[in-house]
Amino acid sequence: MPEKVLLVDDEQDFLEAMATRMKDRGMEVSTTTSAADALKKVEEGAYDAVVLDLMMPEMDGLEVLKAMKEKRPELQIILLTGYATVQKGVEAMKFGAMDFIEKPADLKILTEKIHQASAQKMVLVEKKIQEKVKRLIQEKGW
Amino acid sequence: MSWNWEVISETGLQFFGMMSASISHEIKNVMAIINENAGLLEDLTVMAEKGMPIDPQRLRTVANRIMKQIRRGDDIIKGMNRFAHSVDEPWRQVELNDTLGLMCTLSGRFASMRGVTLELDPPSTQVPIITNPFLLQNFIWLCLDFAMGSTGTGKTVVLRAEKIDRGAKIRLSKLQDLAKRETGSFPGERETALLQALNADLVIQKELGELHLTFPAEAKR
Repeated sequence: MPEKVLLVDDEQDFLEAMATRMKDRGMEVSTTTSAADALKKVEEGAYDAVVLDLMMPEMDGLEVLKAMKEKRPELQIILLTGYATVQKGVEAMKFGAMDFIEKPADLKILTEKIHQASAQKMVLVEKKIQEKVKRLIQEKGW
Repeated sequence: MSWNWEVISETGLQFFGMMSASISHEIKNVMAIINENAGLLEDLTVMAEKGMPIDPQRLRTVANRIMKQIRRGDDIIKGMNRFAHSVDEPWRQVELNDTLGLMCTLSGRFASMRGVTLELDPPSTQVPIITNPFLLQNFIWLCLDFAMGSTGTGKTVVLRAEKIDRGAKIRLSKLQDLAKRETGSFPGERETALLQALNADLVIQKELGELHLTFPAEAKR
């Protein structure tokens, strides 16, 4: 099954080029230049990975990350940034980012991270289902 | 006239660092777009080598995107160069419309991050003054930073330079929330030190929603 990826960046030309390349590699890609729209998309759809620019107009990338994780804790978010500082990296990880990549990104590396994100999400979803089943069994006394 | 050098130099260094960091971020964004489009060309080449037909329109789109980013990068670097050269001479003649244009370029990213649009009123006349270019830019930035926080729902700051009797004036207007805003701490220590150094005046016109910055035709050195 193709990986479902959401790309969030305020640079339209960047989004278009990267989305085309990812689609050519078999991924199912959605894009948005708006942080508010990204949050809406995350609420509505199940993505295997979100690639999120740290510098977004009106809403800081870390705030977006935090809001996405609140809505969907299992979501795997890879942050893209112009300058990766240790401080920002630590903050991003603290808020639950899966990884932190500096721009210009190497698509080969990013693709690997997306594969990892997809696998990680699957593990989390399976764990969640197992817990649900276990709880159900305990409640019903089966 | 005694200047508050300690405050001026600290403020100036912060301003220089902030603008340089912003410019480098902008350049990184340009490079990231060029990188993705170069990658796309590489992908298309691999496809062609495998015998897949290439739509010329796709190549044209990629070429246009790269050319657009080259122009954007060139504008950013030109602005950076002008900004860097603003410390060459401590006092010289500047044209205020040019300075405002440069400030719009330098502050564009900060404005965009706050969802604010900077609009430069088309110049009707040349507005030359003799001043310290770097301190002038630093002072305009501090006023712009304050103005961007006072735009209300309009989210716009209009910048205009005009000639006045024995000097020049810069208006920052459309500040819808200025009347509501607590302006006790503005101008603060930094703005006051720069006002003194530039022999300038700052008037907060709450009812009009405007900041008026006035400068003498030639600042005392």
